Amino acid sequence: MTMSDAYDVLILGAGPAGMAAAVYTGRARLNTLILEKAVPGGQILMTDLVENYPGFPEGVVPMQLMEHFRKHAEKFGAKFETDEVRALRRENNLWVVSGESKDYRAPAVIVATGSAYKHLGLANEGRLIGRGVSYCATCDGAFFRDVPIAVVGGGDNALTEALFLTKFAGKVYLIHRRDKFRAVKILCERVAANPKVEVLWETVIQAIHGDSKLEALTLKNIRTGATSKVEVEGLFVSIGMTPSTGFLKDLVPMNEWGQVKVNQRMETGQPGLYAAGDCCDACPQQMATAVGTGVAAALAVDAYLQGLGSVA
Amino acid sequence: MAGELHDVTDATFEQEVLKSEVPVLVDFWAVWCAPCKAIAPALEQIAAAQGGKLKVVKLNVEENMNVPTRYGVRGVPTLLLFKNGDVKETFVGSLSKDKILSAITEYL
Repeated sequence: MTMSDAYDVLILGAGPAGMAAAVYTGRARLNTLILEKAVPGGQILMTDLVENYPGFPEGVVPMQLMEHFRKHAEKFGAKFETDEVRALRRENNLWVVSGESKDYRAPAVIVATGSAYKHLGLANEGRLIGRGVSYCATCDGAFFRDVPIAVVGGGDNALTEALFLTKFAGKVYLIHRRDKFRAVKILCERVAANPKVEVLWETVIQAIHGDSKLEALTLKNIRTGATSKVEVEGLFVSIGMTPSTGFLKDLVPMNEWGQVKVNQRMETGQPGLYAAGDCCDACPQQMATAVGTGVAAALAVDAYLQGLGSVA
Repeated sequence: MAGELHDVTDATFEQEVLKSEVPVLVDFWAVWCAPCKAIAPALEQIAAAQGGKLKVVKLNVEENMNVPTRYGVRGVPTLLLFKNGDVKETFVGSLSKDKILSAITEYL
């Protein structure tokens, strides 16, 4: 592995953005390594069916599509390695990425680390993951046949999860802190028409109850201040994402949500350092935009390296 | 080349897992769960690398409801490490091979 430790470009994260970038850097004949901490595919794997990726009118199963992305990147030479990024620093005009047990070096880096599901931050939440608390309806919905469950959130993902869960659950409470959803209209219409979904508007979860498994939630209506207890066996948390950008602190400017600020060429302001996908502020958290920003970053990297004269 | 993992069921769980002479890592999985498919290669590699020191098996939660219920499993993928019939480690969600290995090594 000693020779292959010198790369033209390191791509951090093998989600749609990172793998799309790798197709382009590979075709530009840049020696490309993708580092992925878990498995290629990223957060989109948590969805059962992607209905809005252009070109797939019947929808597409993310697992299959991401397998194609991986093969496509590998076809043009990208290498994949399982490692988690600990730190990033600049040394002798190269970027050095520290993984769990070794360092990787390249003149250019595309950060495509995506984001992770936000937790509510309530007591018992972490302890009851896999015991009733879940962040993936597709994975865990079937454990809740004919029992009452709750979904918290008001975006596309929350409504998609609530609708999916009606296949199994006897009743789905959709808990949302505002008086209207942020989700796209077509999903709002489907929720309104589904008799199994009861929307609890202007409501937040105050406490999660359960010993060895989730048993109930204490809810609070934020307009009236009234509290109530609802018995549910499942709670699907869908309140947005936190960008996985902690290791970039002090290195690049970020917005208030922790997304890396980029310009139209996906430049971060540091030489040779680019960001794409959900971890940057140019990507509205869609697979198609993740792909688009990944490609834009790859093109910019190629131009940058040609300018440096470091590639043939 | 690592092979397919061996299946256990509600019926064989006691013999294959609880009475096993070596620690057993049980992968609770389902066909509809993408992260389950995604971690399968890592588990196959762990099984191949640990040889006789560790048994790695999988249990389909759709076809076998008793064992998941007994252990309160309500999410997949869940990995439980059993030693001498007791649960020693629990992992929920997709994890890298190294993370799993580093957590179970002390029991091998």
